[in-house]
Amino acid sequence: MGDPPPDPEPPSQPPSSRRSSQVSQRRGLELSRPQPAFPEEAEQIPLDTSILQSNRGILASQANLQGWSLGASPTQQENLPMFQAEEAQLGGVEYPSPNMGFPSELQPQLYLEEGGIQATQNAGLMLQQLQRGQSNLFQQLESAYLETQPDLLGQFNMYQRDDRQFSQHGPYLRDEPTLQFSPSEPGFTPFTLEVPEPEPLELAVQNAKAYLLQTSVSCSLSLYEHLVNLLTKILNQRPEDPLSILESLNRTTQWEWFHPKLDTLRDDPEMQPTYEMADRQKALFLRSGGGEGQQEMEEEVAETAVPNVMETAFYLEQAGVGLSSDESFRIFTALKQLVGQQPIHTCRFWGKILGLSRSYLVAEVSFREGEEEEGEEAAEEMMEGGEGVDAPDEEEGEEDEEKDTDIIPKPMWKPPPVIPREESRSGTNKYLYFVCNEPGRPWTRLPHVTPVQIVQARKIKKFFTGFLDAPVVSYPPFPGNEANYLRAQIARISAATHISPLGFYQFGEEEGDEEEEGGAGRDSYEENPDFEGIPVLELVDSMANWVHHAQHILPQGRCTWVNPLQKTEEEEELGEEEEKADEGMEGVEQEVGPPLLTPLSEDAEIMHMSPWTTRLSCSLCPQYSVAVVRSNLWPGAYAYASGKKFENIYIGWGHKYSPENFNPPLPAPVQQEYPNSPEILEMSDPTVEEEQALKAAQEQTLAAAEEEEEDEEEDEEEDLDD
Amino acid sequence: MDAENLLLSLELASGSGQGLSPDRRASLLTSLLLVKRDYRYDRVLFWGRILGLVADYYIAQGLSEDQLAPRKTLYSLNCVEWSLLPPATEEMMAQTSVVKGRFMGDPSHEYEHTELQKINEGGKVFEEEVVVQIKEETRLVSIIDQIDKAVAIIPRGALFKTPFGPIHVNRTFEGLSLSEAKKLSSYFHFREPVQLKNKTLLEKADLDPSLDFMDSLEHDIPKGSWSIQMERGNALVVLRSLLWPGLTFFHAPRTKNYGYIYVGTGEKNIDLPFML
Repeated sequence: MGDPPPDPEPPSQPPSSRRSSQVSQRRGLELSRPQPAFPEEAEQIPLDTSILQSNRGILASQANLQGWSLGASPTQQENLPMFQAEEAQLGGVEYPSPNMGFPSELQPQLYLEEGGIQATQNAGLMLQQLQRGQSNLFQQLESAYLETQPDLLGQFNMYQRDDRQFSQHGPYLRDEPTLQFSPSEPGFTPFTLEVPEPEPLELAVQNAKAYLLQTSVSCSLSLYEHLVNLLTKILNQRPEDPLSILESLNRTTQWEWFHPKLDTLRDDPEMQPTYEMADRQKALFLRSGGGEGQQEMEEEVAETAVPNVMETAFYLEQAGVGLSSDESFRIFTALKQLVGQQPIHTCRFWGKILGLSRSYLVAEVSFREGEEEEGEEAAEEMMEGGEGVDAPDEEEGEEDEEKDTDIIPKPMWKPPPVIPREESRSGTNKYLYFVCNEPGRPWTRLPHVTPVQIVQARKIKKFFTGFLDAPVVSYPPFPGNEANYLRAQIARISAATHISPLGFYQFGEEEGDEEEEGGAGRDSYEENPDFEGIPVLELVDSMANWVHHAQHILPQGRCTWVNPLQKTEEEEELGEEEEKADEGMEGVEQEVGPPLLTPLSEDAEIMHMSPWTTRLSCSLCPQYSVAVVRSNLWPGAYAYASGKKFENIYIGWGHKYSPENFNPPLPAPVQQEYPNSPEILEMSDPTVEEEQALKAAQEQTLAAAEEEEEDEEEDEEEDLDD
Repeated sequence: MDAENLLLSLELASGSGQGLSPDRRASLLTSLLLVKRDYRYDRVLFWGRILGLVADYYIAQGLSEDQLAPRKTLYSLNCVEWSLLPPATEEMMAQTSVVKGRFMGDPSHEYEHTELQKINEGGKVFEEEVVVQIKEETRLVSIIDQIDKAVAIIPRGALFKTPFGPIHVNRTFEGLSLSEAKKLSSYFHFREPVQLKNKTLLEKADLDPSLDFMDSLEHDIPKGSWSIQMERGNALVVLRSLLWPGLTFFHAPRTKNYGYIYVGTGEKNIDLPFML
């Protein structure tokens, strides 16, 4: 408990005469009782806060001690005398300035005067209750107390009690069975004269304290304890104007009770992943190697593949796009880490693709010459391994087939020829992509994309979950997992939305005509050293000032067209059957797409809407603005240009915009059954009548045959006989 | 997001990639203050931005003392001058449900929609093709209302209800804990409850009537239309709606910072069931 026991003060002279006169005075005034007398007295006597405080203090301390004893003592009988005795002591010990006719002080005197009347009365009462075995002391007192609780606290708050009618009978006496007569009359009851006033007060105080000590159902904290904590806290900290922050203090105290400060040695379990992530990100900020010599600075200042992410972020921020600046810096450090780990020639922050559980940060890189083959070889080996496994299966199957007498007819359906994927560093696979979920986590390389994956990706629309190995469940089935789907979407977005101001890139030296077979235009470009920048206003006005610098993907799924019917050496060995089948597929037309570096004005419209929207970043200061282009076809794709600088970025969910609803393709029609050929002939089963007729016919012939035999035998016998 | 913590909120919500440029931010800070003074709102929220083809709409909402009372919506094209929008009615919703496509960006633009209407003329009933003009402002009002009713959310404990009725901001809201922040049930729709009365008595017994008086996100249809992520190394929880892509809700656990913003084209993602 917070309150220290009150210091015993040397009892000053009991001004008994004064007190008795006060008693009579009070009695004369009104028939008294304890609690509501207080406010009245307070009104009558000029309010002296010190007096009130001391009153309260005494009351509280008394209540304290009483409650103490109350809690401690087991039986009633001992109880009453005990605290009454203590009362006597206290009454003698503590009293405030003699001004306030403090009833409790009078208790011992009155009590002594009245003798043991009230005590025995109370004791008898309680004994009865106990014998009935109904409620315990507290509850009884509490029930008597409930209505009077506001009275006790009445002195602590500003509310005036409205109804004085109960003031005659005392807040606690109303429910006591022995004192129930005429509670409604305002006149005095004979018992009130005999009932010593301090008794009800004492009871009241005990009731109050008992009620406050009641613990809440959901926790073990009682209101009393909480108030004690709160007041102690306030008294210790002495904040200014505590009344206005009372609610928050209340909450804080409660919270602190239930969340004690943990051991300083043990970590908060909830925050564990946060701290881990912070540790990992801290590593990003440390310089690698640790040495701080000047040599390292010089090396770093020299050309590095890491892009100037901060500059790009600044310009994009002017356009209202992009991640916050500290996030951009973390991305920069993560890219730096990537450049340090892999042999990278050029690197660019491609953008962010949002997912359901996690998002992807994508970096577009290209390796140095000759470095990339390791990854490729591994991938090819895996593919070949797959094919090798398939081949022996087929052979076994064929052997089994030959053994069976019934040859299972081969299905007529042939899978469409697989279109080979593009070589690295060309077409859709021009760049390599690395992804990570958050800066600080390791970067994962995405595999190259195959044309069939792009074709299928065009037909489905799925959210990314954030886990690269998650399966993509869709119809038509997507050949691959989320990593492949992600790579396919990245390829589509890059091809559609990577743009640059006109003139930034130019074609290299002209090599040959544009009409070469199979060539759909040049596929390489280089930076134009003479580029002088286009004024921002012109960039915003006309779409012809922007060009695509990524190759368009043909419907086939590649950037350069490949005739799927061209046989490679392996295919020629498979025999002539396939040639015949292929005849039906001849005549596939070459697919042509717009050549590289076509301006945006040539882009197809979506439902009478231009596929690009241009803005000036700031209309209030056009001279310093940046031109921003937003794609309407791929929401989330942005490009900015200012002076000689430009950049593309994509931040979004990774899906194309379509004004119509997404209609998944219907399932394929049921395949035809085998056509009737002499090998396979369908007949209906014979019916029962037919079978019986057949049986009857057979029996007849059999019988006929037997008769003939018998005839013949008879004939033979006859012949023999003859 | 609250106009008072605009800068911090924009920073925290920037994970979705769309934000505001510095000049817009500066003009918002000033103009929202003036809006609060002129219209005598208790709180002003910056609702978000609807991207149009020609121009963008910036939307703000004003709240009165009772937090769940219907909010007043204002729009602006340049973040400086704000105009009040009329409240949404059922008729408006029905009318604008036929309009599809992007917003133009011009409030007086009219969409034309032809429909067959039965016309009685002197006893004869025949159908005639009528061209109905729908103003973009009406469409704006109904889209904002739909988004509000569907996906505007607040964390549990941010508002509390007094027995007298009005709903107040909870000044002692200290934020959700980390474990609570990852559950959908700790977030409520910021609108009058619709499904609350359908709960069973058992469920209602566990609710705290002063805090749990709105629908939670748990039973949203379709299931999985919210994506919960932790960003910034577990220091920020971000909820993104998949039904209205562009709505981002952020909350820093154990702090008082939370808010939502919508930056998008104003179109519902009807393909959601196919995409999950």
